[in-house]
Amino acid sequence: MNAIDNKWIGRRTIRPDGADKVTGRAGYAADNSMPGMIWGKVLRSPHPHAMIRGINTARAEALPGVKAVVTAKDIVDFPLDKSVMLGIQDMRWMCRNVMAREKALFHGHPVAAVAATTEEIAAEACKLIEVEYEVLPHVIEIEDAIMADAPILHDFLRHEGKPSNIAATMVNKLGDVDAGFAEADIIIERSFKTRPVHQGYIEPHACTVSCTADGKATIWSSSQGQFMVRAMTSLLTGIPQSNIRAIPAEIGGGFGAKTIIYLEPLAVLLSKKSGRPVKMVMSREEVFRGTGPTSGSMSTVKIGAKKDGTIVAAQGTFYLQAGGLPGSPLRGPVGCSFAPYDIPNVLSVGYDVVSNRSKVAAYRAPGAPLGAYATECVMDELAEALKIDPLELRLKNTARPGTKAAYGVVFGSITFEDTVKAIRNHPHYSAPLDRAPAKGVVRGRGVASGFWFNAAGESSAQVNITEDGNVTVTTGHPDVGGSRASIANVTAELLGIEHKRISVLIGDTASIGFSNLTGGSRVTFASAMVVTQSTEKVIGQLKERAARIWKIDPEAVVWSDGAARPAGANAGQFPPLTLKDLAAKANEMGGPIGAGIQLTTVGADPGFATHVVGVEVDVELGIVRVLRYTAAQDVGRALHPDYVEGQIQGGVVQGIGWALAEEYLFDKQGRLDNASFLDYRMPVCSDVPMIEPVVLEIPNPKHPQGVRGAGEAPIVPPLAAISNAVHDALGKRFYSLPMSPPKVLAALDG
Amino acid sequence: MSKLHVTTSINGEPVEFLCEADQSVLDVLRNTLGLTGSKEGCGTGDCGACSITLDGRLVCSCLVLAPEIEGRQITTIEGMAQGDHLHPLQQKFLEMAALQCGICTPGVLVAAKALLERNPDPSETDVRYWLAGNLCRCTGYDKIVRAVLETAADMRGAA
Repeated sequence: MNAIDNKWIGRRTIRPDGADKVTGRAGYAADNSMPGMIWGKVLRSPHPHAMIRGINTARAEALPGVKAVVTAKDIVDFPLDKSVMLGIQDMRWMCRNVMAREKALFHGHPVAAVAATTEEIAAEACKLIEVEYEVLPHVIEIEDAIMADAPILHDFLRHEGKPSNIAATMVNKLGDVDAGFAEADIIIERSFKTRPVHQGYIEPHACTVSCTADGKATIWSSSQGQFMVRAMTSLLTGIPQSNIRAIPAEIGGGFGAKTIIYLEPLAVLLSKKSGRPVKMVMSREEVFRGTGPTSGSMSTVKIGAKKDGTIVAAQGTFYLQAGGLPGSPLRGPVGCSFAPYDIPNVLSVGYDVVSNRSKVAAYRAPGAPLGAYATECVMDELAEALKIDPLELRLKNTARPGTKAAYGVVFGSITFEDTVKAIRNHPHYSAPLDRAPAKGVVRGRGVASGFWFNAAGESSAQVNITEDGNVTVTTGHPDVGGSRASIANVTAELLGIEHKRISVLIGDTASIGFSNLTGGSRVTFASAMVVTQSTEKVIGQLKERAARIWKIDPEAVVWSDGAARPAGANAGQFPPLTLKDLAAKANEMGGPIGAGIQLTTVGADPGFATHVVGVEVDVELGIVRVLRYTAAQDVGRALHPDYVEGQIQGGVVQGIGWALAEEYLFDKQGRLDNASFLDYRMPVCSDVPMIEPVVLEIPNPKHPQGVRGAGEAPIVPPLAAISNAVHDALGKRFYSLPMSPPKVLAALDG
Repeated sequence: MSKLHVTTSINGEPVEFLCEADQSVLDVLRNTLGLTGSKEGCGTGDCGACSITLDGRLVCSCLVLAPEIEGRQITTIEGMAQGDHLHPLQQKFLEMAALQCGICTPGVLVAAKALLERNPDPSETDVRYWLAGNLCRCTGYDKIVRAVLETAADMRGAA
C-alpha cells in the first residue's frame, strides 16, 4: 500500500508482550497479591435515588476479621459550588461517583467500603452497615428527565433559570442555518433514539493497594493511565502525588471506561486505616451496575439540500444521558456529526441530561457514534429522495483541506473523500446482491461514514542502550491493543537493528515522565513521536562516541544499518562501529548511553472512516445478521498493520453489538434488569463475519512516521451503516437502536 | 465447618488443596494455587475466560465446585506450552496477532485446543460456534478465527 521502503515499520512482528499473554503469565489487575493482603468490598445503594441521612458502621466494624470501613466522610470533599478539573473530569462529580455523599444517585451507587481478612467476611460486614435512606422518586429515561415535573436530581443545576436535569448545553454554530434551509430544495428531518451500551471489557475493575506507615501508597491496578490513577487518587485521598506510586498492570480492555477510577481511592483509604495491603475486585454485576456505560441518546437531525445534492444547511439536537452526575460526551455528537461534510450553515446543539443511572464513562469515540447514527441515516434518506448514490452524495459534499468545520477548526490535510472512494471502488460495493435468497429472508446493503477528532497531548519516553548493546524503551502508556509492538518496530527502524533486540516496557509513575491517558486514538501517534525523538537523541550520542573514537568531527559520522560509519571518503577510512561496539566502550568514552523526551505532542489530524455492510433479515424471527463488512479508514501509516486492522475489526464489531443487540434495560424500580453477560448481549464469535479492513496509508505530514490515530473512528459508522442496510433489505426505516428481534418483529407487524 | 481436602491432578501434576464446599475451581486455581492464567470475566459461565478442561471436557472453571475435581484431571492454560515450547495455537496466535488486550486469550486458547482435539478439520462455522462461549471485546474475532483455522491446517499437515 505504501511505497516507503521500511525494514521494520509496517512489518507484522511478534508483540513484545505476546508470550506472556498466550501462556497466562501476563499480570492483569486481579492477578496480583501481596503478603498480609486483605480484601475490600463495596456496599452499594439498593435505591436509585435517595438522601443518605446517616450511616452506622459500628456493627460491621465489630465483626471479627473486619479491619477497616470507609464512607464518604473519609474521602476529600469537593464542594458543589466550585469546579476542580482534572483533564475533562470534574472532581466534584468524581468524588461523588466513587462514593455517594449527600445522595445515592443510582441503584448500585457505592455508599461504604469494608476491608476484612476474607472476601466473605467483607461481604458479610457490608450487610451489617446500617444506612438510613430517605427514598426519593427516580427518573431513568431522557424523555422523562427533561419533563417539567420530573424528579430533580441536583437542585443546584439550572437550565433556562429553572431547576432542571439538564446539566449543560453545548452549541456549535457555523453560518446562518435558517437562511441555509430557506435555500434548500429538499429538507429531511428525523428523530432517533439509542440505548446506553456498556464498554464490555472482559476484565472487571480491580486493584491491590499497599499504604505504609510513612504515608506512601503503592497502587497496582489496570487503567488507561497510571498518571490519571495517581492524580485522581491523590485528589480524593489527600495524599500528595509524590507519595503515590501507580503501577500499571496489564489492562484487560478499557475502551475509554478505564480513563477514570472507581476502586483505587477506596482501597487506599482502607489500606491506610487497616495498615494492610488491600485487594478489591469488582464482580461483573458490579461492573454493569456501577461503571460506564456510554450515554443513551435522543436526537433530531435536519439536513437541507439543493436538487443536485449540494447540502446547504444542517441542524442537530442531541440529548445525551449523563447518568447520576453531569458529564456526558456532548462534544462527540455536537462536533463530529457534520464534520465529514462541507456545509456552510450548521447548528449543532447538545444537552447533558442527568438521571438515576450510573455515571457514563468514555466509550471509543465518546458520543460520536450517536451523532453519526442520526446524521448518516438522514444522509441515506436524502440520497434516496434525490435519487443519488449515497457515496456520490458524500463525495459531492466532502470536507477537504481548508474546509471549516462547525466545531471550529479549519481542516488541514484530511482525507475523508479517499475513504469514500475506497468503498465506492471496493468489490463489496458493486457485488451483485441477492435480495431474497430464501423464503422469509431478505438482504440489503448500507453505507455510512464517520469522523473522530483524534488527540495528541503529553507523552514521555526513555530509550536506553544496555551495556551489552541492546535497547530498552519505556513509555508511560498502558498498552491496550499492541502499541508496544508498534514502538518496537519504530525503534528498530531508526536504530537499524533487529526488533527482537528491543524491549518495550510501560513505566510506572515513579519511573517515567508524565504521560496522559491511553485514549483519544493518541497512543501510537504520541508515543511513536516521543520514542522517535528519544531515539534520535540516542543516535546523536552514538555518533558522538564514534567521532571521539575516530577523532573526527561528529558531523562527519552517519548512523545506518545499526552502526556508526564515516559520512564519506573525506571523513576518513574507519570500520563501522556497531551498537554493541559502542555500548562496550560506553563507560570509557563518556558514560551510559540513553535519552528521554517529555513532550506535549501536537499534530494529530482527525480520522475519517467509510463503511459498507451487507445484512440479512430473517423476517420470521426478526434476527438481523451481518453477512459481510468492509471498513475503509486512513490511518496515515500502519506501524504494525495487524494491530491497526485489529482496531478496525474490534471497533466495527462493537458497533454491530450497539446496532443490533446491546442495551441497558431498567425495571420499574429503577434497577438495571440485565446486569450479566447472559442478558446483556454482546456479539459472540458466531454472530459476526470476518471484518475486512481497507487500510489507507496517506501519511500525516505532522508526524515523523505519518501516523494518524486509528482506534476510535471505526466505531462511528456502523450504527448508521447497519440501519441503512436493514432499510435496504426491508424497505422500512428504524429510528431507534438496537434493532433487536422484538423491535424488528414489531416493525414488520406494524 | 472445616475445610475439605481435595486431591486432584492439574496439568499432569498431582495437587492437594483445602477448600470450602462452595468454592469454585476458578477461585481455588487463582487464589489458593496461584494459577492466575484462568481469568474471571463474569463468574457466571458466560464469558469463557476461565475455560479449563476437566477429564478432557471443556468447562468454565467458575461453574465447577472445587470438591468436584477430587480424583479427576484438569488442564489449564498454564499446562498448554511444554517447557519453553509453545503449543502451535499459542505460536499462531502470536504470529497472526489474534489478541489485543489478551484477557480472553487463555480461555480462547484452551477452548480452541479442545476443538482441534475433537475436530482437526473445522470449518469457519465450526470454529465460530465452538468459540461462541468465549467473549472477546477487542478483536471482533476475525484474527482469532483465522489463527485457529491456520493452526488446524498446519497441524493436519504435520500429522
